[in-house]
Amino acid sequence: MPNTSIHLAVALDGAGWHPAARREPDARPRELFTAGYWVGLAREAEAGLVDFLTIEDSLGPRPWGGVAPWPPVAGTRAGDIPGRLDAVLLAARIAPLTRHIGLIPAVVTTHTEPFHASTAIATLDYVSEGRAGWRPRISSSRDEAAHFGRRAFPALGRSPSAGRDDEAFAAHERDLFDEAADYVEVVRRLWDSWEDDAVIRDVPTGRFIDTDKLHYIDFEGRWFSVRGPSITPRPPQGQPVVAALAHAEVPYRFAARAADVIFITPRDPAHAAEIISEINAFAAERIGAPPSVYADLTVFLDDQPGAAAARRARLDDAVGQEYRSDSAIITGTPPEIAGLLLEWRAAGLDGFRLRPGTLPHDLERITRGLVPELQRRGAFRSSYGVPGREGETLRERLGLGPRPANRYAEVP
Amino acid sequence: MTKQVILGAHFPGVNNHTVWTDPAAGSQIAFSSFAHLARTADAAGFDFFFLAEGLRLREQRGKIHDLDVVGRPNTMTVLSALAAVTGHLGLIGTIQATYNEPYEIARQFATLDHLSDGRAGWNVVTSPDAFTGENFRRGGYLDRGDRYVRAAEFVQACRELWESWTRDNRPDPFRIKGLNFDISGIFTVPRSPQLHPVILQAGDSDGGREFAAHSADAVFTRHASYDAGRAFYADVKGRLGRYGRAPESLKVLPGAGFVLGDTPAEAAERVRYVRRQQVSPQTAIMLLEQVWNTDLSAFDPDGPLPPFDPDPSAESIIQGRARMYDDPVAVARKWRAVAEEKKLSIRDLIIEVTRRETFSGTASQVAEAINRSVQDDACDGFIMVPYLIPDGLDEFAAKVVPLLAERGVFRSEYEEGTTLRDRMGLGPARPAPDWAAARREGM
Repeated sequence: MPNTSIHLAVALDGAGWHPAARREPDARPRELFTAGYWVGLAREAEAGLVDFLTIEDSLGPRPWGGVAPWPPVAGTRAGDIPGRLDAVLLAARIAPLTRHIGLIPAVVTTHTEPFHASTAIATLDYVSEGRAGWRPRISSSRDEAAHFGRRAFPALGRSPSAGRDDEAFAAHERDLFDEAADYVEVVRRLWDSWEDDAVIRDVPTGRFIDTDKLHYIDFEGRWFSVRGPSITPRPPQGQPVVAALAHAEVPYRFAARAADVIFITPRDPAHAAEIISEINAFAAERIGAPPSVYADLTVFLDDQPGAAAARRARLDDAVGQEYRSDSAIITGTPPEIAGLLLEWRAAGLDGFRLRPGTLPHDLERITRGLVPELQRRGAFRSSYGVPGREGETLRERLGLGPRPANRYAEVP
Repeated sequence: MTKQVILGAHFPGVNNHTVWTDPAAGSQIAFSSFAHLARTADAAGFDFFFLAEGLRLREQRGKIHDLDVVGRPNTMTVLSALAAVTGHLGLIGTIQATYNEPYEIARQFATLDHLSDGRAGWNVVTSPDAFTGENFRRGGYLDRGDRYVRAAEFVQACRELWESWTRDNRPDPFRIKGLNFDISGIFTVPRSPQLHPVILQAGDSDGGREFAAHSADAVFTRHASYDAGRAFYADVKGRLGRYGRAPESLKVLPGAGFVLGDTPAEAAERVRYVRRQQVSPQTAIMLLEQVWNTDLSAFDPDGPLPPFDPDPSAESIIQGRARMYDDPVAVARKWRAVAEEKKLSIRDLIIEVTRRETFSGTASQVAEAINRSVQDDACDGFIMVPYLIPDGLDEFAAKVVPLLAERGVFRSEYEEGTTLRDRMGLGPARPAPDWAAARREGM
């Protein structure tokens, strides 16, 4: 059975991915900034044996579940203004109150320090005892750059008078992805900058650590130089999971180079197969295991046939336009969607990251409807393993291979 | 009027006062160690948990320092996790104003304040040194004199961001312009329960004390002894009037080590035992080098002091921590006099002169000494620094805290529905424009 289990992740963002999600009767918009809301969702996902959660983040206001710029489209009410808490801190708040589920917060690489990100994710790995990952993402917006005031970014022109220059903007984004790749490299080197047995506590010599097992990383790049070593010892997984969301060639290259898990947004199974072969070509130069590829799907689930599609239509009506997403949007009953996932999986996907249209409704239909349906078909695990046992770190559960060797350790 | 004692619990730091050679010493990095200390403090009614930070491993004579505990977590991440395993305890983290930007730090503290229901605090520190800067985009660049200018603007910018959402939960655009920052846009986090986390300041220089007076809610100080405390207390509280602040709006909180015993004699014996653990032969030489500022590895820790004086003109051999001695030649002469008078070896001298525990004795003696310092205005409370991870606070919590509660100067249980600001007697946050105006007028 374990060989045939698909991997399921749930993407959390605000009240759900549909812009009208917060107006649903079961939505709890006043609780979006409380720990209880997020811990409740995480426990629900864990009750459904989900592999991991992702938590979205951005360094400026963006509609939940959207890629649209701020201010949002017509039809959005004042009450729909999205706020977001820091995703890494949310993951850390959830970690001690869960035991199995992986936690993969988003981290913006563009305006932040790789040194801080490295210690933050290492610490998340300690507080979750080996369940941490992160999703590096860029921030190309001029508005968000102004929140930091340290870099001048080109405008993404929306009208000819704004000086629209797509090629310049594309070059800008390529730079940001190159910077993100350097960032991930620094984070990874810092994780390895302590060997696993660096702490020796040797009383006769009075030495707490063996300094031969700590390493300067001496990274020099176009955007930053980082000397190291880390202030945080190597985390439990050695290398926590790096995930990336990718929609096009530049991010595919970045993801194939830097990530362990890649989220893609195919239209259909054939498109998924095309993207996978494109990524595999870019990943040919990689050392180690090839990346796992997950399809992102925005989902609306209801037990009665047709109910999910009707609910989606009702939500669309509330904002006065059809919800569009970078991912495919699917509606159906748990058995319908289970069948669809298994069909898509045949394109070579390792798993799915499901974006619930509304929370908690669609999450509960995943954990209480879709998961039992997949289990009945022998396509999903019936329990987690025992925490602390071999095979139960997030890396291991996702099939990313054994704990990675340290790049700085001398091979005996 | 009887003052209430404020108590903090400091997770032991990366210095030789933290004993790692003891059989009871546990992991300095496992979450269980942090959770144990925090839960102990939470159960005993402490005001807050306190975490220090250093962003580069210390070096001495060009080598990573290996004699003390090394390695620590990311401050904000571990505090957020601790919010999950404690109910009322404040969570105060040390965060640099140098190697960070206001938008990001304001988001993190606002997040922590939401996720802990109003228990967040920030110990604002600055570092101008290029050594630490080698780990960051910015590099080292800050003049010593400019660091508190940046820190004050940094904190002010954060206060404006924390207030940028209206009371009915809509974000108002912000625009902040100063010598260090020119930023504008929209913040992503609504007003948090405390509005502003509790702000601490830890520098002892004149600039640091002034920063406390115009920008902080509390000072973390090393002036823990009764006499030094009274002088420090009078100095910093005397600076408040200029900024339109009442004396009780700034809390003075020294860090204090402690050693307990069932009898005074037993406590004294434990002090001797712990001091030898804290000062290994190798550590004795290392600490002596910090004054002499040169390689003394050829000296016998059980032998006499070097026959020569320090060379104050030589480049510092220590990197990655605050300067320890302003006048090393004077310190060396004083130490030599002590060693000659008491006939002490290097190690015994270091054990004698680098003692840092403030309180030793029976629980009753320690409770009395704490209360006396608070009531006599040597401080408003203490940040207790245990010498052992993870159990170092257990005995204090079990034996000393109940005696303070009995005297009516410390809570016997938390009052529900209160924030860290409330518990520390700070009242609601002063609005950002008031801080800015008072600073302009006072300077």
